[in-house]
Amino acid sequence: MSAGGSLVGAALKGALLADGILVESGVPGLYQRSEVFESVVRGVESAARSAARYVGGFEPLRFLPPIMPRETFVKTGYLRSFPDLIGSVETFEGGDAEHAALLRTADAGGDWTQALSPSEVTLCSAACHSLYPHLAGTLGAGGRYLELQGFCFRHEPSPDPVRMQSFRMHELVHVGTPSSAVAHRDAWLERGLRTLRDLGLPVEPVVANDPFFGRAGRMLAANQRATELKYEIVCAVTSTEKPTAIASANYHEDHFGSPFGILAEDGSPAHSACFGFGLERVALALFAVHGLHPGGWPAEVRDRLRP
Amino acid sequence: MDETIRAVLRDNARLPGDVDALRPDDDLYRAGLTSHASVNVMLALEDAFDFEFPDALLKKSTFESIAAIRSALESLDVDDPNLAGR
Repeated sequence: MSAGGSLVGAALKGALLADGILVESGVPGLYQRSEVFESVVRGVESAARSAARYVGGFEPLRFLPPIMPRETFVKTGYLRSFPDLIGSVETFEGGDAEHAALLRTADAGGDWTQALSPSEVTLCSAACHSLYPHLAGTLGAGGRYLELQGFCFRHEPSPDPVRMQSFRMHELVHVGTPSSAVAHRDAWLERGLRTLRDLGLPVEPVVANDPFFGRAGRMLAANQRATELKYEIVCAVTSTEKPTAIASANYHEDHFGSPFGILAEDGSPAHSACFGFGLERVALALFAVHGLHPGGWPAEVRDRLRP
Repeated sequence: MDETIRAVLRDNARLPGDVDALRPDDDLYRAGLTSHASVNVMLALEDAFDFEFPDALLKKSTFESIAAIRSALESLDVDDPNLAGR
């Protein structure tokens, strides 16, 4: 295939590494990214922001750090449903004696992390999680529309470059009533499809479920599918048989409204919905479909990626 | 068996209304059963009746009413512990 041809399939990773677009870290799922990769990610961000600007009504974009308050994290319920994906930050709180002991353990190849203790922060599992405590109280008429972006961590080490441990989500969140939340989810599923198709990506919507943990998780997943709470937008990236979810549209019911004390105008727990673009995954899909060199991508695609 | 199921629902379903007022065919999800609460009901039924649901029954419809739960338990030949020895 020429540089401008399709790289969809298992060959994508080798091509990205050979070109230095991604650089392996030695840990599965963790990569350094070249300027070319980063410029495409920012292009996808531009396309997402254009879609939001076109609709209007969103509060100013908020960028979230990759860590969040532990207390907020626990309230999200993520621990209950996805214990296998989480990351918690530990820090050293000892004095000189404990430091010396830590170094002795580390020098001997032992488990020096035993000397650490949990800090007040955890890694973010989803960008919108950090947001909800700021929305507590009674919402005005029509609820709120928020645009945000942040780094997320999921501990699912994999050699497949679409499954990164550290990645960014660009999210369009709404909190309001059950009907306005469902309307937001459905409208953004359509808008997301259009935005990604305008980038030349062959995407399709599918009913999906989150990877809930354990036996309880099997039931949560079945419930989520039966009630069609979650849709994913999938695209063939590193596999044609198993397309990758590059964006998702989620109706949370009152999963966040209730624990965070967010109330609709009528005093009942607010319902929420979010649409998230997986920025790195969309970027990888663009490389897979259009080739390694963005300068050679179709003009209409390059236009839409321009800030 | 229905009485044991109702006891499980009272302790685990977190329904806003009275469990005793439910008819066997009333839709529990419409009565306020959430997805997470239905998981607690599932685990509590396993404890109360001392069995494990097979994966094929770990779905929404299994827990949609008292009658549906009873029919799932009967299909698995589960005995009501409160009636054992009678």
